[in-house]
Amino acid sequence: MSPVYQFTVSPDFPTKRMSSWFILNTWLQKATDLHIHLELYPDFASQRQAIHDDAVDLIYANPFDASMLVREKGFVPLLRPQDKSDECLVAVKQGSPIQAVEDLAPGCRVASTEDPDVNLVGMMLLEPADLDRHNTQPVSVDSYPLVAKALFNDDADVGFFLEDAYSELSNLVRKELRELVRSQISDITHVLLSGPRLTEHRERLIQTLSAMPGEPKTAAMLEELGFSRWQVVDREDTEFMIDLMDALMA
Amino acid sequence: MDRAKLEDMDPADVPDASRELVLQLYGIGARRVWVSDREVPYPDGRLIVSTTDTAGIITHCNASFVEMSGYDRDTLVGSPHSILRHPDMPAAAFQQLWDEVSAGRIWHGYVKNLRRDGAFYWVYATVIPNVRDGAIKSYTSVRRKPSRRRVEEAETAYRQALAQEASA
Repeated sequence: MSPVYQFTVSPDFPTKRMSSWFILNTWLQKATDLHIHLELYPDFASQRQAIHDDAVDLIYANPFDASMLVREKGFVPLLRPQDKSDECLVAVKQGSPIQAVEDLAPGCRVASTEDPDVNLVGMMLLEPADLDRHNTQPVSVDSYPLVAKALFNDDADVGFFLEDAYSELSNLVRKELRELVRSQISDITHVLLSGPRLTEHRERLIQTLSAMPGEPKTAAMLEELGFSRWQVVDREDTEFMIDLMDALMA
Repeated sequence: MDRAKLEDMDPADVPDASRELVLQLYGIGARRVWVSDREVPYPDGRLIVSTTDTAGIITHCNASFVEMSGYDRDTLVGSPHSILRHPDMPAAAFQQLWDEVSAGRIWHGYVKNLRRDGAFYWVYATVIPNVRDGAIKSYTSVRRKPSRRRVEEAETAYRQALAQEASA
């Protein structure tokens, strides 16, 4: 009986893309003749527990977790989305007296999800106001729409959004928000990584996924995930991104 | 451009009123620069990223680095990182940087950088050693927008350090 490999996706993907990941997984199983089970965890804590328990073999990881997976769990980077970086956006409610990051003062309330890379970059974007996690008040919520809600309800002064998630808020919601600053980092992306149990199948996965743009059906699947093609990454590319994350965390 | 060599700045590249100075750069020697008082604001949301080899030669730089420095990428890659050295920066700051990172530690600090056009920009820099297979192979420097309060503190500290270096 062939082994079942466990596939998961960083919980920061937009909810509307959930079915697209299942469609990709179904196709990937057929195309590679591998038995792959997709498990989408509801939050970062439960996904991290699965990683800790060695219950993950293939993961589309955010940059923060990619760092831990490569350094501590022996995962190897395979692919990343081409021309799609992880950017963070800091916003306030329309009508807020805050016009620029520099207007924020110590003690301000920051609404955010558990998304680790967004929180890291978001705090970096507040540094010009001499703010950090020690002199701000966190307002933790479960989703990006709830970050917006915290701003509307005056439960927070400022909110962190993954750029993709912000763009997928309804027009009505976005009209009630005002962007203060958006990161333009480019070098930080999600990465598809494989664990030790998939070592012998890495090349097959890379070749199969890299060929997706060549067929209309599979190209459409990628579009549904929010990008147009995979880009092969080597260990050094990922080490560079990890060094960058280390520099931001330091 | 040869390794560990830096050409003098070209005054024709400097559009503002400027003063001419000669920097003595460690491991490189003298470099003639033209410096103006124009500050270019650090762009919001950006990271300036570069990697150098262990001798301080730039091996990689991102688009924000190219844009803020004013040099083209071909000039930057292969040049010593001190191509950005501003005369208002004391040697002691860079000595401390190299002491830290060559010992495998992370360095943070506020740096005033000199652009090709003689203007300057302030950054908050983090330099980390890139350890591969247990050895330092290179250094990555990540700069972000500094707070004005920190820049003002750094200006004062660097003026004092420069005065000490001049009197030593």
